[in-house]
Amino acid sequence: MIAAILSVTLLGIALGFALGFAARKFAVETDARVAEIGAMMPGTNCGQCGYPGCPGAAAAIAAGEATVTVCPPGGKALATALAAKLGIAADLSGVSDEGPKIATIAEEICIGCCRCIKECPTDAIVGAAKQIHAVMREACTGCGNCVDRCPTEAVKMEPVPVTLQHWVWPKPQAKVEQAWA
Amino acid sequence: MSEFLILLVTTALVNNVVLIKFLGLCPFMGVSKSVDSALGMGMATTFVITLASAATWMLEHWLLIPLELGYLRILTFILVIAATVQFVELVVKKTSPDLYQALGIYLPLITTNCAVLGIALLNVQEKSGFVWSLLSGFGSAFGFTLVLLIFAGLRERLALARVPAAFAGAPIGFVLASLLALAFMGFSGLNFK
Amino acid sequence: MGLIEKVFSLLGPAIHTDWGVHPADRKRPAADSPVRGLPLPERLHVPLQQHIGAAARPIMLVGQTVLKGQLIAEAQGATSAAVHAPTSGIVTAIGDISAPHPSGLSFSAVTIESDGADRWADTGASVDPFSLPPQEIARRVAAAGVVGLGGATFPSALKLGLGLRAKIHTLILNGGECEPYLSCDDRLMRDCATEIVDGIRIMLHATGATRALVGIEDNKPEAIASMTAAAHDFPDIKVRSVPARYPMGSEKHLFSELTGQEVPADGRTTDLGALVHNVGTAWAVHEALRQGRPLVERLVTLNGGALERPGNIRVPIGTLVEDVLAFAGLRSEPARLVMGGPMMGNRLPHARVPVVKGTSGILALTAAEAASLEPGPCIRCSTCVRACPVGLLPLEMSARIGVDDLNGAVALGLKDCIACGCCSYVCPSRIPLVHYFNHAKGELAAQGRAQLRNEAAKRLAAARIERLAREAQEKTAAAARRKAERAAQKAAEKAAAEAAQQAAQPAAEETTT
Repeated sequence: MIAAILSVTLLGIALGFALGFAARKFAVETDARVAEIGAMMPGTNCGQCGYPGCPGAAAAIAAGEATVTVCPPGGKALATALAAKLGIAADLSGVSDEGPKIATIAEEICIGCCRCIKECPTDAIVGAAKQIHAVMREACTGCGNCVDRCPTEAVKMEPVPVTLQHWVWPKPQAKVEQAWA
Repeated sequence: MSEFLILLVTTALVNNVVLIKFLGLCPFMGVSKSVDSALGMGMATTFVITLASAATWMLEHWLLIPLELGYLRILTFILVIAATVQFVELVVKKTSPDLYQALGIYLPLITTNCAVLGIALLNVQEKSGFVWSLLSGFGSAFGFTLVLLIFAGLRERLALARVPAAFAGAPIGFVLASLLALAFMGFSGLNFK
Repeated sequence: MGLIEKVFSLLGPAIHTDWGVHPADRKRPAADSPVRGLPLPERLHVPLQQHIGAAARPIMLVGQTVLKGQLIAEAQGATSAAVHAPTSGIVTAIGDISAPHPSGLSFSAVTIESDGADRWADTGASVDPFSLPPQEIARRVAAAGVVGLGGATFPSALKLGLGLRAKIHTLILNGGECEPYLSCDDRLMRDCATEIVDGIRIMLHATGATRALVGIEDNKPEAIASMTAAAHDFPDIKVRSVPARYPMGSEKHLFSELTGQEVPADGRTTDLGALVHNVGTAWAVHEALRQGRPLVERLVTLNGGALERPGNIRVPIGTLVEDVLAFAGLRSEPARLVMGGPMMGNRLPHARVPVVKGTSGILALTAAEAASLEPGPCIRCSTCVRACPVGLLPLEMSARIGVDDLNGAVALGLKDCIACGCCSYVCPSRIPLVHYFNHAKGELAAQGRAQLRNEAAKRLAAARIERLAREAQEKTAAAARRKAERAAQKAAEKAAAEAAQQAAQPAAEETTT
């Protein structure tokens, strides 16, 4: 009886010490992947993912708390890149495939209050007080932060029109696949 | 020397731990989606099994038999295995964070991988010597890794195939595993004399 | 590279000689009937984007009168081409029109209402092109808006300019015309061999190449005969017959056939000192240099079972396909309209699309010819592997694209795919293989664009953060400065007050004493 208690206790203590030593020896200060993932994120800190900015989202993805599809402006491209980085299969079904959207400002309603300008993470809105604002299409990431700020609802998110240069052949949908799926 | 070679072949192929003894099926189905993570899992498990085989032999012969504590066998073995797995987890996390992420929950679950405890208990049952235990542990683990890699390669191909909806995912994986087990049964015909 | 591939690569490079397919060419009788001219349509819709690269910028206003050959849109950027008026008349609109593209999307076009006179603009005095420096020839070719007439519509002047930068010794003229149904190059070579040979000589002068090889498939004996006769007096121009096989007209394949060298997967023929141009482009260069005429019309093959009178006709750029079809007469309602050849051409959404510079043919196919059959499952027969002219594994690539594993497809060489359609043609299960590859290439391009956009957004965000930090710093600096100023002012006031007090004190003292 005493032998059993003693041997298991001693075994536990010995292994505990060994592991404690190993934990100190192989300690990971910061997850190196957080920085690497952070570099892949858009970096606009738009906050659409619900995390405090892109570094927050990167930490959440690295910790496995957030999925790779968490970033709407990054879209499908970022999700696949992140999945490849982490070596996991990305579930792209949740990513909206309606295409990117950008903000547009209805010129007849805009009162030139400058509130949307302060909100834009990429400085994509130009304008001055009492002047009609405008969105630079190339710079807009479609984060939508400006929409709620507008007191006159002049800012709307509009889908980017598909042009000949951007058109992509749809994936062939075989009848066979439908029958089998 | 030749008997050690025979031991390796026997434990790896003829008495394959996964397909003949049906041990360690959890990581076999769980971590076989890609060859890369299967290789990582196989190496981690090989390390754990080999180390656990040596440690449990020492435990058995230096502690449990002298003190007549045979009833504590499973308890103490699990203790040693869990400690080894924890150690592996620390090392993997440090050396390859991506592999750590890819293995996910299956890495700590090596503790409960019945192949690990099973091999240790079988070694005790067969009353084998230290080197023999060590080699049979390594051979079994090598067989586990081999089968895991083959299965992962097959499943990578399977991902491209059109599978009827009712069979998609795990079901067709089990069908595949059974076919692979049938193929491995062929090794039982090996004659070493 | 996997282990198995490594073992196989030890056996030496794979030699793949029986590439391609041999579809029924169906070029005759259209190829044998003489060229006809299209009666001038009332309205022409001249697209601004008829080439690879940036769209041209219109320089005309609505209501303005133009003459035939007058510049109506100028090239914008390095990879672009000028657009000219195909007839004389009035610009009535600059707006959108459906593109000859399977998507049915629209693009910008200048609409010209013909005045019926078809009056040429002043084309300038003709000069001997051989007295001009090569750069000047490239400039004039660019000014004439000449693009590759084989179908890729790459601005020709850029290619000629490339010849000046890279060392080019061989000019290859592509008279392969390997697509079934098409015969416009065949007809051009039969009727305008002298002009083509003159164009080749100008291009030789422009690129500094020492020899020109004209490759013509052996199913066009009349064209070979007429070109050989025209090139007889010029020893540096050789006309060669090549076996008829699709896709012989592919730049890299024609080059290999004529020179025996193979172009590396990620290289171009220019890396090996050869420049490939279509024979139609040589004709356009001749027209531009000798006549001063820009590219405003082209020879178009009209073919297909649904047509009454198939043949080759001269069509002004911007003519609507429905006008061309009306001229040829429809025997029955076509099941499918195709612009270009049946293998690589674009399926047209409808007939109200304009003819562009790259239009080699308009096919009105009957249901029997178009034969769109239901695809079946892959039976792994590997017929597509043998047919692939680039040596790829179409069945493996399409399986990966089928499960959205685009990187897996790229690893198998998707980027080398020339979209020739051989695999789809030979597939016994009628799997639309090339459709998968086109989808994957488009998807990859879209991902690349998204990536670029992301990077740009990141730069902008960083710039904004930097700006905010700078503004905050400036604000604190300004606040500190103001504070210092105020403090200084206060100190000055205090000093003044003290001075005043001190000045006042003696007086006070005096009063007290």
